[in-house]
Amino acid sequence: MTDPVLTLAADHGLTRAAPAPGDSPLAIRGMTVSYGEKPAVFSVDATFPPHAMTAIIGPNGAGKSTMLKAALGVIPRLSGEVTVFGRPIGKARDRIAYVPQRASVDWDFPATVIDVVLMGLYRRVGLLKRLTGAHLAAARDCLDRVGMADFTDRQIGQLSGGQQQRVFLARALAQEADLYLLDEPFAGVDAATERAIIDVLKALKAEGRAVVCVHHDLATVARYFDHVFLINVRRIAEGPVATAFTAANLHATYGGRLATAHLDQLDLGLGGAS
Amino acid sequence: MSSLLDALLLGAGYNAALVGIGAGLLGFAAGAAGTFLFLRKRALVSDAVAHATLPGVGLAFIAMVALGGDGRNLVGLLAGSALSAWAGLLLVEWITRRTRLSEDAAIGAVLSVFFGAGVVLLTVIQTMSAGRQAGLEGFLLGSTAGMLFQDAVVIAVGGTLAVLATWVLRRPMTLVAFDADYAAACGYDVRRIDLAMMALVMAVTVIGLKLVGLILIVAMLIIPPVTARFWTERSGRVIWIAGALGGTAGYVGAAISASAPAMPTGPIIVLGAAALFLLSLFLAPARGVAAALLRRRRFQRRVHRRQGLLALARSERVHDPLTLKVLRAEGLIRPDGVATDAGRAQAARVARDERRWDVAREIHQDAGLTGRYDGLTPIEQVFTPDEIAAFDRVIGGPSPVGGPV
Repeated sequence: MTDPVLTLAADHGLTRAAPAPGDSPLAIRGMTVSYGEKPAVFSVDATFPPHAMTAIIGPNGAGKSTMLKAALGVIPRLSGEVTVFGRPIGKARDRIAYVPQRASVDWDFPATVIDVVLMGLYRRVGLLKRLTGAHLAAARDCLDRVGMADFTDRQIGQLSGGQQQRVFLARALAQEADLYLLDEPFAGVDAATERAIIDVLKALKAEGRAVVCVHHDLATVARYFDHVFLINVRRIAEGPVATAFTAANLHATYGGRLATAHLDQLDLGLGGAS
Repeated sequence: MSSLLDALLLGAGYNAALVGIGAGLLGFAAGAAGTFLFLRKRALVSDAVAHATLPGVGLAFIAMVALGGDGRNLVGLLAGSALSAWAGLLLVEWITRRTRLSEDAAIGAVLSVFFGAGVVLLTVIQTMSAGRQAGLEGFLLGSTAGMLFQDAVVIAVGGTLAVLATWVLRRPMTLVAFDADYAAACGYDVRRIDLAMMALVMAVTVIGLKLVGLILIVAMLIIPPVTARFWTERSGRVIWIAGALGGTAGYVGAAISASAPAMPTGPIIVLGAAALFLLSLFLAPARGVAAALLRRRRFQRRVHRRQGLLALARSERVHDPLTLKVLRAEGLIRPDGVATDAGRAQAARVARDERRWDVAREIHQDAGLTGRYDGLTPIEQVFTPDEIAAFDRVIGGPSPVGGPV
């Protein structure tokens, strides 16, 4: 891959990475999402890069998760187009794996760990075919990759939060997708889980897949991710960490909510730092 | 008693045998089809659907009489009830999606309005010359007196189809019930799957109308899966266990009602299902009330043991009767309350664990880990040996009491 072309967004002087939308694992054009009559995400364009890990960052209520869910069609869009590897998203579902927020489901559901991972294979198995030993082996392999092989038959409600998050990731791995979309995968998990998850995500990137995470911890952005997408209802900036994860962009995104003292501790990019 | 045995062995006459087999099949179908309704947390929608069948029954009767036919034709009545139930279901769905009303308000409104309209229609039919002996009020609470072979066939065929459809759709329905967002992201049409699930429920409701009645059919859809949930942690098994429980309740309930005069079949079946529920509620091995009580008692003893050992480590006297009992039972203190050798060793160990946790909270950055302190979890289950060794270097020297164990 060639380096993304850098262009200047005229009004803010912000940087923007723009690979050709046809290459992009996930490209969004003019997307607006609204609960009632207040847009949560307004006219957002985004072009996520291939073979990279991207963080979507922004303050609480900035529309990070909403943007992801609306792009996937989990919640309805008011306007906008979404393409996945250059095709309309409806035709590329088998290339996407989504990891929702852990708190979005009822963990008392009657399912064991392996049952949840097998859900990742449902699309491929179809309605009538039986789940075979090969499917089970594939699911166990995914559990092994997230370090949960010892919990195969545990009811999911008896897992810790971090373990539940890993099971969700294993379910996404079972899909063998090319684009992984994760909603706050590090929220409320222990350090061991965070390490396990980041290792898996980096391995996915090394295999040439694209990873996009809604992320809330600014302190780890520079260490974990190659690209950032800053959003606060509108798109603020997007690009490689080195050029887009800057003090100026963070101020534009978070406003006064980010203390200068806090900024000093971040491993900020230099392009456009004030 | 022997008349009950006769009924159970299908020896209580042709009609009783038909009712027994029909109720058993209906119970199985309702339990299986109701499983995903329960797992999707939409049990009450089935109540609205059931009540919404009544105006359809009335309208179908009037239409068939107006066309010069026999208003009591069962297939015609069921078709009418299915149409109005579907209308009620779509209305609940539409209100929930398009207005600010929540689903429970929509259910309440649709249920009562449709039921009210149905009662008005039945009253009108009573005044028609053809309506006197129609027996349509049997649809309210069910009636078995005039059960025909045709009725049993309707239940057998409809019930089998409903179970088959539940089995075919089990994967998408499981996915939607557990994690609808993920299902949508995978490209499943969540709304259509929900409608398919409700169509199944509606089919079972319609074929069960004559036998159990529209007021009680909801019990046959919901109680068996709720009961089955006590016995398994896997949704695929809930379907079959719920079917078996529902089938048993249906068959045995019908036999009981056939064995004694003036026993209403539908209500007896529901009471039978409720009895199975109560039994499971108390006795189920993992999720039952008795098991929960036992776990709580065991947990309480662990807490008392820990607190008692910490008191010993601080050389305090233990006064709490339960703590004394627990420590004595393990031989950690003598009858007079003084610590034994084993007790002192355990106390030292527990005290060191507490001290390590204190240090961990001071020097370890990860609140997610230190937050797992609950007074009972040994530190070895949370931190690695290397990390614990680091804590010990901070503590320095042997632990405050008793030395290493």
